[in-house]
Amino acid sequence: MPKENAIETRSSRKVYGAGSEAVVALDDVSIAIRKGEFFTLLGPSGCGKTTLLRLIAGFETPTSGHILLNGQDITDVPPNRRPVNTVFQSYALFPHLSVRENVGFGLQMKGRPASEIGTKVERALSMVQLGAMADRKPAQLSGGQQQRVALARALAPSPEVLLLDEPLSALDLKLRKEMQSELKRLQHELGITFIFVTHDQEEALTMSDRIGVMSSGRLLQIGSPREIYNHPVNRFVADFIGETNFIPADVHDGTATIAGDIAMQVAPDSPQGRHTIAVRPEHVRILNDPAAAPMRATVTDTTYFGTDSHVRMLLQGGTEIVARYQSEAAGGDAPTTGTDVGVSFAPGSVQVLQD
Amino acid sequence: MSAREEAETRRDARNTWLLSAPALVILTLAAAGPLLIMLVYSFLTPGDYGNVVWKFSTDAWVGTILSKDIFDGTYSLADAHLTIFWRSVKLSLITTLFTFIVGFPTAWFIATRTARTRTALLFLITIPFWTNLLIRTFAINQIIRNEGILNTFLIYLGVIDTPLVIIYSDFAVFLGMTYVYLPLMVLPLFAAIDRFDMKLLEAAYDLYATRLQVLRKVVFPIVRPGIVAGSILVFIPSLGAYVTPRILGGGRNMMIGNFIELQFGQGRNWPLGAALSVLLLLIVAAALVVYIRATSRETSNG
Repeated sequence: MPKENAIETRSSRKVYGAGSEAVVALDDVSIAIRKGEFFTLLGPSGCGKTTLLRLIAGFETPTSGHILLNGQDITDVPPNRRPVNTVFQSYALFPHLSVRENVGFGLQMKGRPASEIGTKVERALSMVQLGAMADRKPAQLSGGQQQRVALARALAPSPEVLLLDEPLSALDLKLRKEMQSELKRLQHELGITFIFVTHDQEEALTMSDRIGVMSSGRLLQIGSPREIYNHPVNRFVADFIGETNFIPADVHDGTATIAGDIAMQVAPDSPQGRHTIAVRPEHVRILNDPAAAPMRATVTDTTYFGTDSHVRMLLQGGTEIVARYQSEAAGGDAPTTGTDVGVSFAPGSVQVLQD
Repeated sequence: MSAREEAETRRDARNTWLLSAPALVILTLAAAGPLLIMLVYSFLTPGDYGNVVWKFSTDAWVGTILSKDIFDGTYSLADAHLTIFWRSVKLSLITTLFTFIVGFPTAWFIATRTARTRTALLFLITIPFWTNLLIRTFAINQIIRNEGILNTFLIYLGVIDTPLVIIYSDFAVFLGMTYVYLPLMVLPLFAAIDRFDMKLLEAAYDLYATRLQVLRKVVFPIVRPGIVAGSILVFIPSLGAYVTPRILGGGRNMMIGNFIELQFGQGRNWPLGAALSVLLLLIVAAALVVYIRATSRETSNG
């Protein structure tokens, strides 16, 4: 069992400062990251995701708990003796060295023979399509190229685990999209475990095998992008990943009741009592005939987005919800402000949240 | 832009150097002038009571390294002069090295503090400049002389029975110069370290570098301009130091500065003094060229 995990943290806790000024950056985080997996730590800034990454890299030691690499405790091993490399958010390229020397730095420090360094550097550079730039200094490269050098530098020593600390956040949208697919491709080819930190939920959903959602130093949920998106465990996760409608409801025996009398089916093992249910905007259906639908609503605002429109409505009972209306599929334009419409939720799309 | 406007712009660009004319005049008079006088004087004959006689002679230049036997007129190497040159260069090199060894951690410490502490610490570094160099040097004299504070204290503690003889030695001169010139090393080093991206330390450490390798392969090459500037600022005044060797070295442990002063004073050999001054300038220039060449080669090799 432990052999399958590339990285494991056991009840890792990190506290900065002491006494009354102590700040808990990481609160009892236990996580198991599988070999060859693209794992993303997702959360807003200050949630502890970077701290967790720094613990794995070895730049910080946990206040308590353990870090394991391939089942071996590496909590007290310094960064230069961990087969783990980092791609820094600011790239942190060595300004006095050429691209080639930057990429070869890790191998050189490991004391590898020059011939091996030469081949591996060439391979790493061609992997990120920067062979032609080998003799330039980092300052002569664009942001996107620097990013690739940082990636090649971290990959050249063939680490067991690659840590990426928001590496794409400084790039413009087009370049970011390109790098996303490139990273995914590289990870697939090399089979190295990637641990990727981001606050961008879309990035996390498109790239990851699994996502760990963090908030206030805690790990809230681990799962595949699909699981996280479709079955968020609580309001924070639901709200952070994509857009969601929150509606207060009474839940009893697999039935949620909203606005006093509208009942709908939910998962039988959902928590009982007064809770919030979550429905994604794309699961909200709008019917032009109010009588044919289980719920009625009045449109308050419509925003056109090209492929679809976001229709904001006031549901009976006074809750505001948003629907994503696809004109093509629905065969007509979105309803205008003031229209009374019927609303239904797609079967199985209603999720009961724990808090 | 019209033709007339363009002509005006051109004329302005041509004439802007005139604005720096006052500075150029002062620089020429203040820097090149005295140097020229020294160069001319070094090729003249000494007068009987100081000053110079306007008669061409190369005696002064020959006399910088050779001495003429007064009986048979043969020349031999002037050992006393060479000893003084060697002592000056040696003490200046050691002083530069030692101010770097002490100054680098100091500058690093200051540069890695919070903005407020940093300002306070930099302020502290400049405090020695508030007091006259002469007074500071005498203060060191008071501390290290045989009946001084240090010896009295050590004897009182019973660590030693007889006073340590520190004063009037090369070591005392080195000690004094290190103290006096330390801020000149710390400030440029601080400026360089302040610009250093501390993330690079983690990057190097992450890429399997040991702490020593991080220092040698990443920190030193990047803060090199600060190291060069600090070394120059310490080495040059050390080489020409006058007050420190005079007060802490006594009469015997002369450096070039004292030797030059001797020629213009009691020695009454102004041409020799002038020749020595020009020689000092040449040594400094040569040392700088060698040093800068050596340090820039280091980076191109990686």
